[in-house]
Amino acid sequence: MSSAFVQMLQAVLLLLLAPLATGFVATCKARLQNRRGADVMQPWRNLRKLFGKEVVMAAHASWIFRTAPYVVFTATVMAASVVPALLVDTPLSLTADVIALVALLALARFFLALAGMDIGTAFGGMGASREMTFAALAEPAMLMSIFVLSLGAHSTNLTTMINHTLNSPFALHPSLAFAMVAMLMIAVAENGRIPIDNPGTHLELTMIHEAMILEYSGRHLALMEWAAMVKLMLFATLIADLFMPWGMTTDASLVGVAVAFALWIAKLAGLLLALAVIETSLAKLRLFEVPEYLSGAFVIAFLGLLSYYMLEVGA
Amino acid sequence: MNMFLATLLSPLIGGILLGLIDHPRLAARINVATGVSTFVFSLLLAVQVLDVKSVDAMGGWFHLDAYNVFLVALTTFVGMTTTIFSGPYMRHELEGGRVDRLRLRLYHSMFQLFQFGMLLGFTSNNIGVLWVSLELATLATVLLVSLYRTPASIAAAWKYFILCGMGIALALFGTVLVYFTSSTVLGHGNEALTWTLLYAHAAELDPAVMSIAFCFLMVGYGTKVGLAPMHAWLPDAHGEGPTPVSAVLSGLLLNLALYALVRCKMLVDGATGTDMAGHIMMGFGLLSLAVAALSLHKQRDIKRMFSFSSIEHMGLMTFAFGIGTTLSSFAALLHMTVHSLVKSGIFFTVGHAAQAMGTQKMSEIRGLIRHHPGIGWGLLIGTAAIAGFPPFGVFTSEFLLFTAALESYPWTTLPLLLGLLVAMAGLFRFVQPMVYGEPAEHAVPVHVNMLPVYVHFALALALGLAIPDFLADWYEQAAALIVSVTPAGGGA
Amino acid sequence: MSAALIQQLVDGLAALMLLTSFALLAQHRMLSVLNWFAAQGVLLAVTAAVVAYGTDNNELYISAVMTFLLKGLLLPWLLWRVIRELHVHREVEPLMNTTLTMLVALGVTLFAFHIIQPIEKISQLMTRDSMAIATACVLLGMLMMITRRKAITQVVGFLAVENSLFFAAIGSTNGMPLVVEIGIAFDVLIAALIFGLFFFQIRDTFDSLEVDAMNAHLIHGDDEE
Repeated sequence: MSSAFVQMLQAVLLLLLAPLATGFVATCKARLQNRRGADVMQPWRNLRKLFGKEVVMAAHASWIFRTAPYVVFTATVMAASVVPALLVDTPLSLTADVIALVALLALARFFLALAGMDIGTAFGGMGASREMTFAALAEPAMLMSIFVLSLGAHSTNLTTMINHTLNSPFALHPSLAFAMVAMLMIAVAENGRIPIDNPGTHLELTMIHEAMILEYSGRHLALMEWAAMVKLMLFATLIADLFMPWGMTTDASLVGVAVAFALWIAKLAGLLLALAVIETSLAKLRLFEVPEYLSGAFVIAFLGLLSYYMLEVGA
Repeated sequence: MNMFLATLLSPLIGGILLGLIDHPRLAARINVATGVSTFVFSLLLAVQVLDVKSVDAMGGWFHLDAYNVFLVALTTFVGMTTTIFSGPYMRHELEGGRVDRLRLRLYHSMFQLFQFGMLLGFTSNNIGVLWVSLELATLATVLLVSLYRTPASIAAAWKYFILCGMGIALALFGTVLVYFTSSTVLGHGNEALTWTLLYAHAAELDPAVMSIAFCFLMVGYGTKVGLAPMHAWLPDAHGEGPTPVSAVLSGLLLNLALYALVRCKMLVDGATGTDMAGHIMMGFGLLSLAVAALSLHKQRDIKRMFSFSSIEHMGLMTFAFGIGTTLSSFAALLHMTVHSLVKSGIFFTVGHAAQAMGTQKMSEIRGLIRHHPGIGWGLLIGTAAIAGFPPFGVFTSEFLLFTAALESYPWTTLPLLLGLLVAMAGLFRFVQPMVYGEPAEHAVPVHVNMLPVYVHFALALALGLAIPDFLADWYEQAAALIVSVTPAGGGA
Repeated sequence: MSAALIQQLVDGLAALMLLTSFALLAQHRMLSVLNWFAAQGVLLAVTAAVVAYGTDNNELYISAVMTFLLKGLLLPWLLWRVIRELHVHREVEPLMNTTLTMLVALGVTLFAFHIIQPIEKISQLMTRDSMAIATACVLLGMLMMITRRKAITQVVGFLAVENSLFFAAIGSTNGMPLVVEIGIAFDVLIAALIFGLFFFQIRDTFDSLEVDAMNAHLIHGDDEE
C-alpha cells in the first residue's frame, strides 16, 4: 500500500469511526449505570436523521451563522486528518505540527462561538462567553503539556515526536506522566465532558457547548455534532500517539497497517472506556470551579516541564 | 572528662527530678541547687579546658575549645542567677494565681531541660546534633512562653513556634547542604557532620554549595538570633512569657543561635576563602540595629521595649563577628558576655517592677525610685549599662567594636553610632519617667530579691573597668579560633 | 534492580513529591489536606527504602520504617483526631485564591531550580537530581504556612517542610547519619505533640483556630495607633 493511501484511509476512518466512538462511550456509560442504553450505532442514526431534516433558521441569522457549521466541520476534519493514527510517516507529516493542530481547533472554536452569538439569544452568548473563558485557560495548558513532550524530541512535529518515543529505550519519565495527566484533563474539558460540561443536558444553567448550537437544526446541527464527535476521536488518537505510540507502523505494508489498526482500536477503546468510567463516577463541577480545574491542569503540565529540567536533563 | 559529663547531666537530672516534685518551695530550692551545681561543674570544666586549649569528649561527639567553654560558663552562670531570681518571683506569681502548681512544675522542669539543650548545643561537635539541641531548647521555651495561658501568651508562643520552626527548618536545610558536599570529602556517616573534621577539611568543601548553605543557615539561625527582618517573634515571646524566661531567652538562647551561626561561618570562610559570609552577617547586623533602634521608640510594654534592645545588641554582635578580625571578634565575645549579664539583670528588675505595679505598661509604671528604691536604682543602672555608658562593660565592648569597624570598614561607624544613639534616646525616654515620675498609687509591696541583679551589674562594671588577665586570655584564644581562616589552626 | 532503574525510581518519586507539595497547596478541604499529607509521608518512606536498597545502606531502612510509622501514620492520625475533636470547620480558607497561589508556587519552584542548579552539576551521587525538587518542596511548604489562616493548616505546612527536608537528606545525600536522623525525628514528634496541645489551648482561649483571632490579642503590636 502506498503511504498516501494509508493517509487517506486513516482520515476516512477517523471520520467514520467518530460517531461510533461517541456511541461507544454512551453505551459504556449506560451499562455502568445499569441501563441498557442505545447501541453504538445510535449517533450514526441521529446524524442520518438530522441530515434528512430541513434547516430552520432564525430570521436575523447572518452569513456567519450559515457558514459556521461548514467551517467548524472542515477545520476539525483537517485537524483530524493530519494526526497520524496508523502510519507514523505520512505524506502530510510535515503539516502534522501540534501547534498547527491547536490553531485549527481554535479556529473551529472561534467560529462556533461567533455562531453562538450571531443569533443574539441569551443562551448563545452565554455559551460563547463560557467557552472562550475556558478556552483561554485550556489552550495554554494543552500547549504546555505538548511542550513537555516536544522537549525530548526537540520538535513539535507529531511524526518526529512519535518517532522519538518509539526509538528511545524504555525509561521512567516523570515529566511524561505529568504531561499525560494534564493532557487527559484537557481532553475531557475540550470535549465538553463531565466534569466540565454535560453533553447530555440542556439545563440552561450548566450548558456550554450545547448552548452555542441550540439554534441549529437539520444538516447544520448534524455537521456541528459530527465535528464534536471527530474532535473526541482526534483527542483520543492524539493521546494515544503522544504517550503510547507503540504498535504504530513505520512502513505502509499491509501487515503493519493491520496490526497498527488493531492496536489503535484497542487503545481508543481503552481510553474511551476510561472516559465513560470517569463520567459515571464524577459529578459535574460547578461552573466557577472549572477555571480551577483548568489551571490545575496547567500547573500539572508545568510541573512536567519543571521535572523535565530538574530530573531528566543530563540524567 | 567527668566534669563535662557532670555539667551536661546535672540540668537533665534536675529537670527530670523537678518534673516529679509538686512542692513549690522544695522545687525552687532544687532548682537553685541544680543551677549552682551546674555552674560549679562548668567552672571546673572551663579551668580544665583552658589548660589544654581544646579537647574532644566522649569519642569525638563533643568538642570543647576556648570559644564554647567560655559560653558554657556564661550560660550556666546566668542560668544559676536566674534560678535564684525565679524563686521569689514565681512564688509571687503562684500566690497571685497566674500559675498553678502543675504549671510551676512544668516551669521548673522545662527550665532545666532548656539549660540541658543549651549546654548540649554548645558542646556538641556535630552540627546535626547542634541543630537538634537548638530545636530542643526552642521547644522547651515555647512551653515556657505560654506558661500563663493568657490569650496573649498563647498567641505569642504560637508565633514564636511557627516562625522559629520555619527558621530552624531552613537551618536544617543548610545543614543538609553542608552534609551534601562534606559527604563527598569525608564519606557518609557522622564524620561528615563532625565540626572539627569539617573545619580541618573546610578548604576541600565545595564553595558554591557552601555559599548556598550559608544563605539558608544565615536566615535559619538568624531567625533564632532575632535578626531583622526575621525578628517578629522575639518581642512577643519576651513580652508575654514569665520574666525569668525572658531573661534566659535574651541572655542565653540568642547566644546559642549566634554561636551556631558563627561556627557555620568559620566553615564557609574556609571553603570559599572570601568575605561573603562576613558581609552578609554585617548587613543583617546593621539592619537589625536600625530596625530595633527605631522600633524601640514605639513600644508601650516594658518587656517588649527591652526585647528590642536585645535585637539591637544581637545585631551589633552579628556585625562584629561579620567583620571577622581578631579585634572585632574579641569585641563581639566581650559584648556577648556583658549583654547576657546586663540584659538578664534588667529583665529581673523589670519583672519585679511589673509585679510591684501589677502591669507591664510603661505608661502606668511611675516613680519606682520612691516606693521601690531597689527596683528603681536597678532599672536605672541597668539601662545606663545597656545603653553603653562608661564605665560599664558594654561601653568597653562597643568601643572596641568601633575601633574594629574603623579599621576595616570605616563607613560603617556612622550608621553604627547613629543606631546606638537613637536606641539610647529611646531607652531613656521611657525609663526616666518610670524611675523618677510621680509615684503611682496602685503599687503593691513585693518580695524583692535584687541580689542576682546587683551581681550581674557588678560583673558588667568590673568587666568595664578591667578585664582580668585570665578572661582576656580566654577571649583572645576564642577570637583567634574564630578568625583563623587557615584550617590548619583548627581544633582537631 | 539496576542502578539506572533505581535512579529513575528516585526521580519518579521526587516528581511525585513535588506533586504532593502542590496538591497540599491546592486542597480546599481539611480532610483531603490530611490525606495528601499522609501520602507524602508514605512517599518519603518508600523513597528511603528505595535509596536504602540502591546504596546497601541498612541505616536507611530504619529511617524508612520510622518515617512510615511517624509521618505516614501517626502524625496524620493525630491531626485527624484534632480535627474531629475540635470540630474544625472543614474548609481550608486560604488567604489567596488557589489559582494565584498556584502561580506563586510555580514561580517558587522555578526559583528553587535556579538556585540549586550550580549544586547539581558537581555531585556524583545517583540521587543528585532530586535536590532541586527538595528545595522547591521546602519553599512550597513555607508558602503553605504563610498563606493559610488556620493554625492547623500552618502546622501541616510546617510538617510538610520537615518532610521535604527529610527528602532532601535521603534524596540528595543518601541520608544523614542515623543519630541526627533520630534526633530530628524526636524533635518533630515533640513538636507535633506540642502543636496538638496548643490546638486545644488555642481553641479554649480563642474559640477558633484562626490565626487572625490570635494576633488580635498581641495588643502591644509595633504598629498600634
